[in-house]
Amino acid sequence: MHGVVDPATVALAPAEEARGPLLNVRDLTVEFATRRGLVRAVEKVNLTLAKGETLGIVGESGSGKSVTSYTVMRILDRAGHIAEGAITFSGIDVAHASEREMRDLRGREMSMIFQNPRAALNPIRKVGHQIGDVLLQHVQAQPGNVKEKVIDVLNQVRIARPEERYHAYPFELSGGMCQRIVIALALACRPQLLIADEPTTGLDVTTQKAVMELVTELTRARGMSTILITHDLGLAATYCDTVMVMEKGKVVETAPAEQIFRNPQHAYTRKLMRATPRPGITLKDLLPEAEAEAGAAPPVAPMVVSDAVPLLKVEALVKEYPRQGAPSAFLAKFTGKAVDPKDATFRAVDGISFEVKKGESVGLVGESGCGKSTTSTIVMRLIDSTSGRITFDGQDIGAIPAREFAHHPLRRRIQMVFQDPTESLNPRYTAARAIADPLLRMGGKDIKGTFGGFGGGSALEDKVEELARMVGLPADLLDRFPHQLSGGQKARVGIARAIALKPDLVILDEPTAALDVSVQAVVLNLLEELKHTLGMSYLFVSHDLHVVRLLCDRVIVMRQGRVVEEGTSEQVLEAPKDAYTRELIAAIPHPPV
Amino acid sequence: MLKLIASRLATAIPSLIGVVIVTFLLTRVLPGDTAAYFAGPAATPQAIAEIRAKLGLDKPLPVQFVDYVSALAKGDLGTSLSTGQSVAHEITTRLPASAELTLSGLILALVIAVPFGIAAAVKQGSWIDHACRIITTAGVSLPVFFTGLLLVYLFYFRLGWAPAPLGRLDVFFSAPETVTGFYLIDSLIALDGETFRAALAQLVVPALTLAIFALAPIARITRASMLQVLASEFVRTARAAGLTSRTVIITYAFRNAMLPVVTTLGMVFSFLLGANVLVEKVFAWPGIGSYAVEALITSDFAPVQGFVLAMAILYVALNLIIDLAYGIIDPRARSEA
Repeated sequence: MHGVVDPATVALAPAEEARGPLLNVRDLTVEFATRRGLVRAVEKVNLTLAKGETLGIVGESGSGKSVTSYTVMRILDRAGHIAEGAITFSGIDVAHASEREMRDLRGREMSMIFQNPRAALNPIRKVGHQIGDVLLQHVQAQPGNVKEKVIDVLNQVRIARPEERYHAYPFELSGGMCQRIVIALALACRPQLLIADEPTTGLDVTTQKAVMELVTELTRARGMSTILITHDLGLAATYCDTVMVMEKGKVVETAPAEQIFRNPQHAYTRKLMRATPRPGITLKDLLPEAEAEAGAAPPVAPMVVSDAVPLLKVEALVKEYPRQGAPSAFLAKFTGKAVDPKDATFRAVDGISFEVKKGESVGLVGESGCGKSTTSTIVMRLIDSTSGRITFDGQDIGAIPAREFAHHPLRRRIQMVFQDPTESLNPRYTAARAIADPLLRMGGKDIKGTFGGFGGGSALEDKVEELARMVGLPADLLDRFPHQLSGGQKARVGIARAIALKPDLVILDEPTAALDVSVQAVVLNLLEELKHTLGMSYLFVSHDLHVVRLLCDRVIVMRQGRVVEEGTSEQVLEAPKDAYTRELIAAIPHPPV
Repeated sequence: MLKLIASRLATAIPSLIGVVIVTFLLTRVLPGDTAAYFAGPAATPQAIAEIRAKLGLDKPLPVQFVDYVSALAKGDLGTSLSTGQSVAHEITTRLPASAELTLSGLILALVIAVPFGIAAAVKQGSWIDHACRIITTAGVSLPVFFTGLLLVYLFYFRLGWAPAPLGRLDVFFSAPETVTGFYLIDSLIALDGETFRAALAQLVVPALTLAIFALAPIARITRASMLQVLASEFVRTARAAGLTSRTVIITYAFRNAMLPVVTTLGMVFSFLLGANVLVEKVFAWPGIGSYAVEALITSDFAPVQGFVLAMAILYVALNLIIDLAYGIIDPRARSEA
């Protein structure tokens, strides 16, 4: 896959060579006008992209990787402008080109595919028409033959039944299919440069693989140059010739892909590499070397997983939902036609059974729609199951209706950490109030009595400060609101809130999916440490097998509502028995270490 | 589509039944004795009782209600005590006058406010954005009877461009043959250019008065919803694909931004029905609003009941149209239905 463009083949095309690289960016500085004055999003960035080359720009959020590419296409929003530097794209001075010239370049010579493909498409326009708009704009089709041409383009991105899909709206298509449409839109006019901005973030690993392979194949066949913007080092390593690492608006290192992974020069590159989950490492290996050594000092005694009584036992759990557009049972009463229950409902969770022992971490893994989130939501007793039994510490909690469970004493002992640290915090609560919330609701009289004395060393405040200390949240941040905290800090608030009542079982629903890898490394280590100090069990819901392996003792792989494989993390990852598990593992890109 | 219309109409039935009951009860509990009012100040108690018996007001409430509903089922809305005319007749002649005025006001407001809102959003912070803000604030903060009088003063009294504000048609013209009840449309059907021009001349100033009132919500919503859509990811995709700003703004942004605008239109229309009462007074417009107010003052319950019922039906019809428009604009709404 490391198809570094052979210099010889480039030399064979003297005309191309005479014009120099396709894209040349020199000392690019981009500034944004904000309420707090000018902010430099990108500073003195240099990059060169030869024809047919694939460049990966890697960095965490705020590194300026997207801003750089938006500037190349000159689609920065109004607040941003080029402060310094030059951008040359096949001989055209992009920084000073007129808007009309740029419009002709965009879509025809350079185009872009985006993260979150569904949002990147006009929700109320047929996808065929959206692709047609681009073809007509750049005179690649006439109103008479535009439909034909669009179907041709849809065929090229391997969309099955293109005549039918031509009339589809984005909401009728899956995420992977939407990304194919976005790719079709970007490649319709056969541009020379494709910029892919996190094209597979939010897609399942198997879909990610299919999408990336499609992009690679199409761009190669056409001799296109590609810039792949990603936070995922594994992805960059698998699909790029050259990798450029950015941090806080500056380029820290640029080198051929293999070289940068074998021998990273810059400290930040090394930190990123270490933080990327990969086979054969432990949680401590994710942290920067200095911290890992410091943290490794007290070797935590292995948790005693008691075999006696399982803390949580799920038996033959089923959750059915009415199928959309199915003949309803209500109408059937009038028409007299019997409705086959199999047609009217679909099973999100189809008879699964598993156990979580005291002190054990169990990973629930699968792709979107496999039923893992539904399962965790039922265990949390937020929704009722259709049938099956859920036993928690010997008590049948499945029999308690979801509405009553919110006030049940057992509710204290099961807590949850949510996927999006921002969305799961009340924007009008300070960090302290958010952490205190479960204490105020279920913390008992001694805590409740002190409410209102917030700020005078009350029992509640002491407790909140203690929790903040446990999750490593500085006490002076407790008065801040969510929007004043970083992603990692918000994740800590969410965790502190979940452990406030000293629960026995914590359900972690992709708790690090929205975080940068370096923050993910810290949060995963924090979770592991807390589990040992507080003696909790985890049910870890995730789509990322490598992350699950680091934190969990056992893994359950789910597909279409059923368990396809179950075993210790090592067994499942090293020697998967099920074909689907093997496919999942194979689809994860990882840096060559 | 027909299924959708049928289901929407079915959901409107309970609210219409509610309206019938509530208006019936309301007109009965309102202070003021209808019989005493019509008997006159010098009437003897016997005369009042006689009138009361004649009107059926001495019967118990449930009996009166059954009488009312069975008459309603036959299309009989009762007779106005003050004019002696059948309410159904009055409403059918007066409703088109109000509807013509309100719709013209709304269309005029849309034609001005929507492009204004789009321009204000596209050129955010420019002079057009500020102009939009000033005009809309002024429009919503001036009461309609005031803008009405101001416009009459300016266009009739000062400039002499508009005819006297005395109803739907100048006295020298006769009304066109009734087909829709809308003078503009009826005169076109009758191929009567003179009448059309005269009716239009009478309509412009009151419609403008209503439009000024309706400008603000429409322009503000258009601007806000355009700003939101322009910042969305699919607009960025469209720009990155090199589409012209015209295509991006109209085909991509505006069609999506229309959804909240359409929703607001329903509300604006009902505000206008309320504002109509005052405008009809100022311009001596023979509409349904001024009719209802007069009936209410004289405790003439049949026209009041008829008016409220007509408004309720109009409102249900309007919401149905908005739902259908929503389905046409947004395929997602269609699939849910």
